Amino acid sequence: MDRNSKKAWLYLLPSLILLGLFLVYPLIDVFVYSFEECFNFASQTYEGVGLYNYLYVLHDPYFLQAVENTFVLVIITVPVSTGLALLISTGLSSIQPLRNLFQTVYFLPYVTNTLAVGLVFMVLFQKTEYTDGLINLVIQLFGGESIDFINGPHWAKMFVLCFYTVWVVMPFKILVLTSALASVNPDYYKAARVDGTSRTRIFFRITLPMISPMLVYLVITGFIGAFKAYSDAVALFGTDLNAAGMNTIVGYVYDMLYGDSGGYPSYASAAAIILFVIVLTITCINLLVTRKQVRE
Amino acid sequence: MTSHKDYETMQRAARRKSGLLQALTYLGLSIWAVVVLFPFYWMVLTSLKSYGAYNSEHTPVFFTLSPTLENYENAFTAVPLGGYLLNTLIFAVATTAIMVVVSTLAAYAFARLKFRGKNLLFGLFLSMMMIPSELVVITNFVTITNWDMRNSFPGLILPSITSVFYIYLLKESFEQVPDELYRAAKVDGTSDLKYLWKVMIPICRPTIVTITILKLIECWNSYVWPRLITDDQAYFLVSNGIQEIRENGFGRENVPAMMAAVVVISVPLILLFLAFRNKIMEGVSRGGMKG
Repeated sequence: MDRNSKKAWLYLLPSLILLGLFLVYPLIDVFVYSFEECFNFASQTYEGVGLYNYLYVLHDPYFLQAVENTFVLVIITVPVSTGLALLISTGLSSIQPLRNLFQTVYFLPYVTNTLAVGLVFMVLFQKTEYTDGLINLVIQLFGGESIDFINGPHWAKMFVLCFYTVWVVMPFKILVLTSALASVNPDYYKAARVDGTSRTRIFFRITLPMISPMLVYLVITGFIGAFKAYSDAVALFGTDLNAAGMNTIVGYVYDMLYGDSGGYPSYASAAAIILFVIVLTITCINLLVTRKQVRE
Repeated sequence: MTSHKDYETMQRAARRKSGLLQALTYLGLSIWAVVVLFPFYWMVLTSLKSYGAYNSEHTPVFFTLSPTLENYENAFTAVPLGGYLLNTLIFAVATTAIMVVVSTLAAYAFARLKFRGKNLLFGLFLSMMMIPSELVVITNFVTITNWDMRNSFPGLILPSITSVFYIYLLKESFEQVPDELYRAAKVDGTSDLKYLWKVMIPICRPTIVTITILKLIECWNSYVWPRLITDDQAYFLVSNGIQEIRENGFGRENVPAMMAAVVVISVPLILLFLAFRNKIMEGVSRGGMKG
């Protein structure tokens, strides 16, 4: 090895050590853990190798509840947030005055602490013995019956979780779509206007196809992000998500690892790997579907 | 003549229609702006209401006539909010500083130095971007526990340092610097480290500032790793601190004091955002993701 090579490796050394220790080794190790049966954390011993951990996790009612919650969250929030972001960024790019102001405001949720602002949502939706909460006040104003969204029925809790998740993910989507819209060549619009094309037609025939790669990107990252939902739920319902019936898959992993129900890294590993098999499958399906559509 | 008139009415109708559309657009955008801003308004408002006043209003009131700062006083005296803030500051600054140094060195090696297997190694680095943090956190938790580093700053910081994405961003930026500068510096006998410090870093400062800010935000908001690795309140960061406050802090019903803590936690980031708005938004749109 010549002197230059040595120097290069020296520059890379800190990164290599850190990445190896905290990224590559754990990635391999998590598979090892998931197959070690009856792993004892205190003595670091295990009794056999097999699929028991996976079977245990798949039969755990808490895990099944977590899977159900996660899927509902994904199916609701991804289309809603992407559609809403498309609507808002289209509106945003059609105005001139106040545009910067709106953009700044819309980005605020990105830079806030999810856990902290979640408490505000909890206060807004919660019904206590002192007060019905602001949201219930609005519901009553329209003649509805007040509901406790935080400790009440499951669908109400799910609604708050979806609402908060959409609120949190919107800044990123609006930002990406606004810059995608700005990068469409204005000549297309000019040509369409000369031809007297209607606004709706311009939108569906020019704008949408031009930004579709970015939409695909947003849908895929949106799916991945929503499958990993966790801290939003903690912010609204507290750390004991199993008791609230609002756990997510990632929440289940962490609960297995640590906390009152923790101490089972093997179960946690098995659950984490199941999660990523699901995410990988959905991402592949997404890619296949979109590629097929583009070809047609 | 008539056709001219027809044209004018058509024009006017079109203008009216587009005016209406504009108005609707502004209305829609304003509604979303209210949805975004309202929680912030509500937390500031609630934090200014006194405990008694808040709990006596069965119907929430949209304003307060007697604002008080007692909740803020409470937030710093009844619970160790100051300690949480200090911990978070230490954690965020240390992690970000080490990250910038480590990533700069690695990016420089990839961008400027020649060595065998460079392309292969860089490919491996890129593929590491796809490793989800949820998979590696389990073993990291075990590693840090075995090293007896729970409830310590090294335990918090070490696994949070590396970010392949920032190395990639820096490398891209370093490669923009023309080769001639490097050759000239070599002819003058400048060492690589000096060249990096005196030439590369000043030229690429915008990128370095961007990744610094993005990492600071990420650290300030990190929740999962700190929660796993600390159970001693003396080492809690703000995210865990606010969770602790919610569950055991002021007592469940003292919402105004809780909101004061939320305001204190949120303000630093909002100020940082307002100061570096363009840098942050540009950096995020280049591939930042929340979480």
